[in-house]
Amino acid sequence: MTGVIGLPAHVPELGEDRGGPATPLLAVSGLIKHFGKRGGFLSKAGAVVRAVDGVSFDVAKGETLGIVGESGCGKSTVARLIMQIIKPDAGELLFDGEAVGSAELDIRSFRKQVQMIFQDSYASLNPRLTVEDTVAFGPRVHGASRAQSITLAHDLLHRVGLEPGRFAGRYPHEISGGQRQRVNIARGLALNPRLLILDEAVSALDKSVEAQVLNLLLDLKAEFGLTYIFISHDLNVVRFMSDRVMVMYLGKVAEVGPADAVFSKPGHPYTEALLASMPSMDPDNRTQEAPITGDPPNPINPPPGCRFHTRCKYAADVCKVDEPLLYGVGDMHLAACHIANPASGHPLATQAKVAA
Amino acid sequence: MSAIADSPPVVVLAQAGKGYWASVWSRLIKDKVAMTALAVILVIVLAAIFAPYIAPADPFKGSMLRRLKPIGFPGYPLGGDELGRDMLTRLIYGGRLSIFMGVLPVLCAFVVGSSIGIFAGYVGGWINTLLMRIIDVFFAFPSVLLAIALSGALGAGILNSIVSLTIVFVPQIARVAEAVTTQIRTRDYVEAARVSGAGAFTIVRMHVLGNVLGPIFVFSTSLISVSMILAAGLSFLGLGVKPPEAEWGLMLNTLRTAIYSQPLVAALPGLMIFMVSISFNLFSDGLRSAMEVKQ
Repeated sequence: MTGVIGLPAHVPELGEDRGGPATPLLAVSGLIKHFGKRGGFLSKAGAVVRAVDGVSFDVAKGETLGIVGESGCGKSTVARLIMQIIKPDAGELLFDGEAVGSAELDIRSFRKQVQMIFQDSYASLNPRLTVEDTVAFGPRVHGASRAQSITLAHDLLHRVGLEPGRFAGRYPHEISGGQRQRVNIARGLALNPRLLILDEAVSALDKSVEAQVLNLLLDLKAEFGLTYIFISHDLNVVRFMSDRVMVMYLGKVAEVGPADAVFSKPGHPYTEALLASMPSMDPDNRTQEAPITGDPPNPINPPPGCRFHTRCKYAADVCKVDEPLLYGVGDMHLAACHIANPASGHPLATQAKVAA
Repeated sequence: MSAIADSPPVVVLAQAGKGYWASVWSRLIKDKVAMTALAVILVIVLAAIFAPYIAPADPFKGSMLRRLKPIGFPGYPLGGDELGRDMLTRLIYGGRLSIFMGVLPVLCAFVVGSSIGIFAGYVGGWINTLLMRIIDVFFAFPSVLLAIALSGALGAGILNSIVSLTIVFVPQIARVAEAVTTQIRTRDYVEAARVSGAGAFTIVRMHVLGNVLGPIFVFSTSLISVSMILAAGLSFLGLGVKPPEAEWGLMLNTLRTAIYSQPLVAALPGLMIFMVSISFNLFSDGLRSAMEVKQ
């Protein structure tokens, strides 16, 4: 990974593997973020949006973790919490075995190793900066000379498929959406990061361009030895990209496991419903009835017990009272559902155990 | 991959590499109204700067025998004022102080007001709220009243009226600056810059200033005309420039006694104020629309 794109000499030490292959690159535990709706003068005080409510997961080195869920389930908040754009209320981040924000790994050196690609390719580029200046900004901030950072920017632009001779001097409004997203990717790579968080990075692109950008991302991952957290609401895209998938519902993890297992044998009724809501490619096998209806409940006042019980077709009494933990439903495959726990008292629980 | 890189070469290449301000200028130059306004401003400013070379007479030399002559009187192309001084000369010289009093307070207020506004907007939180509530206090007073009160308290004089006009404009510019900055601060590119490890100062310099100064600048140019009118008003009330200095507001004041005998001559300084301030307004309007096309 050293010197592939010619960063200043001190970077490789910072970016090199420390904990060995078995240590997760990123370990998130008990992440909580409640957005306080501060009580104004006329509004009711104390309402709290539980955007992310106790989320824990690991990202292994070199893998792609997909995060899926409906709008408002906390996917993007998780990304922003990891990036330290917003401060978590509670929770711990370990990056390659070291606590983020500790003496060993301050936030500045953490950010150098973790970069993020935003959804809106237009809003994430400064309209007043040329493409090359945008890409060169990060290295400049970290002390590279102007000539050095521009050379690096040209290398990266070339790598993401934008010929520097034609694109380097352009402004964001002079290039297309797909090209802008390539610039964003080049900027994300400019600091030679180890982890790239892609927050709906291809959702705003049309399908043909989306496919090209996805392939580019796969190539870059192999070339630079990257690890991805791939956030999307598009199940097909997540399946295509991810080694493991995490399903979120109302600020909590509903299910996490290997992509194939999650998609072929979902362990949580919510995942099951999500998969069933994907339009079928076979006209004889149309989805006749919506598997899941309505909006998720308001995260200001989430339902007690299992948060999904209001929309779950298997809901039993226990679901309204007890909140399920993550139970194993397969190899490395966990689901937060009482059905997966034989001791829960859910009528379907034993049956599921046999199936697993 | 190369398919999309190659797709729109003709149109895009035509403007590739052209800076933002260059494209603003190319749109502005097509705006006839704004360019006419700019021409009027330039002519009057140049005339004021080179007044000693182009003015036909001495602005202070009067003649008791030739008081209040009509427009077109021999030797007095635009008539004579109440002390027999040449009106044309005094109008040319008057532009010096009048435009100075229009531009300088706005310039000072632009520096101070945008600093306050950008700081408040970027920092956000309770500091922002505190600063903006203090600014709001100034909005409780009508700007004319505030300018008169401040000038009255500070005493008459050019410097004091500039100070009081600056204080009048700072809150207005700060409020605009705060609004624009708050909007820019939450843009993804600012977050991306933060994520790349840049400090607040670098982010403001590289990513915020370039995007907020434009709108603040446009708003400020529209204040130049207000400043000129307020300055003229202060002079009219005897709080600004003192006689025998030539200044349009003051000339309007001293000539008001002649409104029945020589109404056209008495109206000339007012006409100048009107022309210059409406030109500044039209120009800032043109600038605004030229800048709006591409964000």
